[in-house]
Amino acid sequence: MDLRIAGPDPTPDERAAVDSILGQAVSAWAGGTRDLDTESHSAHVGGHEARSRRELLLPALHAVQDRFGWVPPSAMNYICRRLLVPPAEAHGVATFYHLFSLTPRPPAVMHVCDDIACRVSGAEGVCRELANTTTAWQRSPCLGQCERAPAWLVIASGDTPRAKEATSLDALLRSTPQSGTPGLRLIQRIGQVDPESLTAYQATRGYEALRKAVVLGAEAVIREVTVSKLMGRGGAAFPTGRKWDAVAKAPVHPHYLVCNADESEPGTFKDRIVMEGDPFALVEGMTIAGFATGSEKGYLYIRGEYPLAAMRMQTAIDAARAAGLLGANVMGAGFAFDIEIRRGAGAYICGEETALFNSIEGKRGEPRNKPPFPVQSGLFGKPTAINNVETLVNVPLIVREGGEAFAGIGTSGSTGPKLFCVSGHVERPGLYELPFGPTLRDVIALAGGVRGGKPIRAILLGGAAGVFVGPDKLDMPLTFEGTRAAGATLGSGVVMVFDESVDLADILGRIAEFFRDESCGQCVPCRVGTVRQEELLQRLRAGAPIGSYKDEIALFKEIAQVMRDASICGLGQTAANAIESALITLDPVPRNGSRS
Amino acid sequence: MNDESYWFRPPPRSRELPMAPVRDEPPPVEITIDGRALHASPNATILEVCRRIGIDTPTLCYLENLTPVNVCRVCVVEVVGSRTLVPACSRRVEGGMVILTDSPRVRLSRKMVLEFLGSSVDLSTAPQARGYLARYEASPTRYGSPAPPASANERDQREPGHHRAPSGETSETVAQPTKVDNDLYIRDYSKCILCYKCVEACGTDAQNTFAIAVAGRGFDARISTELNVPLPDSACVYCGNCIGVCPTGALMFKSEHDMRKAGTWNEPAQTQTDTICSYCGVGCTLTLHVQDNTIVKVTSPMDVSVTHGHLCIKGRFGFEHVQNRQDEPK
Repeated sequence: MDLRIAGPDPTPDERAAVDSILGQAVSAWAGGTRDLDTESHSAHVGGHEARSRRELLLPALHAVQDRFGWVPPSAMNYICRRLLVPPAEAHGVATFYHLFSLTPRPPAVMHVCDDIACRVSGAEGVCRELANTTTAWQRSPCLGQCERAPAWLVIASGDTPRAKEATSLDALLRSTPQSGTPGLRLIQRIGQVDPESLTAYQATRGYEALRKAVVLGAEAVIREVTVSKLMGRGGAAFPTGRKWDAVAKAPVHPHYLVCNADESEPGTFKDRIVMEGDPFALVEGMTIAGFATGSEKGYLYIRGEYPLAAMRMQTAIDAARAAGLLGANVMGAGFAFDIEIRRGAGAYICGEETALFNSIEGKRGEPRNKPPFPVQSGLFGKPTAINNVETLVNVPLIVREGGEAFAGIGTSGSTGPKLFCVSGHVERPGLYELPFGPTLRDVIALAGGVRGGKPIRAILLGGAAGVFVGPDKLDMPLTFEGTRAAGATLGSGVVMVFDESVDLADILGRIAEFFRDESCGQCVPCRVGTVRQEELLQRLRAGAPIGSYKDEIALFKEIAQVMRDASICGLGQTAANAIESALITLDPVPRNGSRS
Repeated sequence: MNDESYWFRPPPRSRELPMAPVRDEPPPVEITIDGRALHASPNATILEVCRRIGIDTPTLCYLENLTPVNVCRVCVVEVVGSRTLVPACSRRVEGGMVILTDSPRVRLSRKMVLEFLGSSVDLSTAPQARGYLARYEASPTRYGSPAPPASANERDQREPGHHRAPSGETSETVAQPTKVDNDLYIRDYSKCILCYKCVEACGTDAQNTFAIAVAGRGFDARISTELNVPLPDSACVYCGNCIGVCPTGALMFKSEHDMRKAGTWNEPAQTQTDTICSYCGVGCTLTLHVQDNTIVKVTSPMDVSVTHGHLCIKGRFGFEHVQNRQDEPK
């Protein structure tokens, strides 16, 4: 490939930052410095070899962003030279993710969440206060810390590693009010067991499941998972056993396992707490999944806004590798499996499985058309099993207790324990585990009920891509079949409660804004539809509809319909759901007459 | 072994004509389109089958000589049993598929997609798209009056993430000033529907130059060079293949742009003449568009095996040399 890379050369610091990921450049042919004494007139690195490392584009951009707080053009050029990525393409990738900046930013920037859960807990107050200070700050979509709203995250750059966040268990205890209660299956260690200690994990039945899985064999593990009727916990509820079986049987090799930890659905924080509080459980779950599906490599894609989770996972992976629980010969059982962490860079869409693959491959996080499905052609075009964090931490449980026993928990259509992210106007927001089956009322009661005992105005189920329900739906069982029967969705397990003090129209406005910001822009229905949806909502809020209120609702339904029917991926297909459900059942905006 | 060892004698010459190796053609599958049962190869896309049987399916981002990207979604059709509509341009037929190409769902989606484009993009030089708008009775004006255009390069600097919430008084568009930074072609991104065709033509589908890519996210996504540098500073080699595939006139010969501006562009009065480019030995077919005895632009037919519609800078823009004769000043 004959690339034209013009522009400034990298500074030594920039070179060092990129080299920390890509290694030293072997010669000037590969973007290194010219040294006539050591190099001849032949290239040591061929184009294919350089291009095959395209997947390192995001890690390299991260290294530069972390070091300088932005991505200077000279550093970008150096990355392009090293990886033989056309500069225009690299620019397209860097401008896709909002944690990369192509203009200088201060060394520390405070990202203040003003998304729905924080909005009803005083986020605007935080923003107003910051506006009067010299602090560098910007607004952010949901940071996945809804249980401690209003939330913010400081992202600092520099050559010293970031200060380690407090490792105490206090924060975890606050986030999981149930911690320490007997009978918990998924979160029994969170807040109780040191998340950085492999010994502590092993002392609490850790790695029992992997040992059993190795004895059972891959096929038997898949059988157990199939019998358990475990459904994906990321929102789509696809049977995990079927997915694994398809990958295990795929004739094309290698197979890949990907753990989707790009949890960005507003209101969702379960995966973050699991990774921060019990990282070894995820490592074990991924190892069993890798063993079962015949994958030697697992990628863990963690959203960029979860630095502590990424750190804890890295510690756990390193410890497991050192103990022979990951690597070329796991547990001496004769199979290879290792995990690599990839950090997202601020893009909700990368939680969509095929967008996530593109992101790992060093491309813009644009979803692919399906079919082909990931089990046939996923990461790097190979058969790929992609599972959510919560799904994978259920796996050790299934292997240990047996699929039959797991299927006995919960209801017939929704088996096992489920994590609920309860936030908004409740007494004790946090992560709660319950066997499938309780009603919405039970879950809210578990979180201490509505704050101040106020009446409920609305409940958002499943996050921004979910559905609003009114207080009349409190007796709906929170199961896949129960929510479906009520025309709602369980999604990722979000239960966000709004009492009567909420300005629902404002919440809807924020959801519309969220989708307008997070649409990847690839397909027309979603790219323009999310804009038109937001504008329509603003017109209604301003009491200035085009035509009558009824006309606007009719137009909204058409916008929702085309997004649902014709968008490429789940983002566009669900972008109107929550707003539509509220507009139809909850009357969030006053019905003024037509614009005079 | 005697002297007659086999290697001394060439094998008898084959009597068969040399031919490409025969590929196993999968057996045709049975499908139903709009109530018509028919057989089709499972390698065929729904669009190909539709065209074969004379069903006119609108397309904007699809072109025969590019890889389908299925982003415009104007070709969607309904496959009975499928939760969502599917893009005809890239979805291959499967046995037992029951396809509806004109159901109410399909018509609504096509109409809405066209309204979305019509309300956000200037389609004045896209007769094909305008035809579709009329056909599906799309009314792009029902989204309110368009917002004022962005200033030069403003859209190119938008960062992903937070935008300022709209007031709702106007509907957002991609309107912005035309980029004129070289003598050969202009880029008017207020006419861009983001069909990805130019990026594909600049990349592996034709030119392998990679001077442009999609940058930004969501409604702020746009076609851009690296850091939005002007074309002369980019990797562009001015093959003009991006102009050749652009469906809306967002990319346009500067000659055409200037004439349109001056009001002298008169397409009905133009003649089209095919000739062979004489700049090198490849033998590309050129179609010269001539108005008032002056070449105003050059294209190449897509069905010619030499070019597949693609040219290089000499064939595409070298026509100016024909007209620069001293004895006959323009």
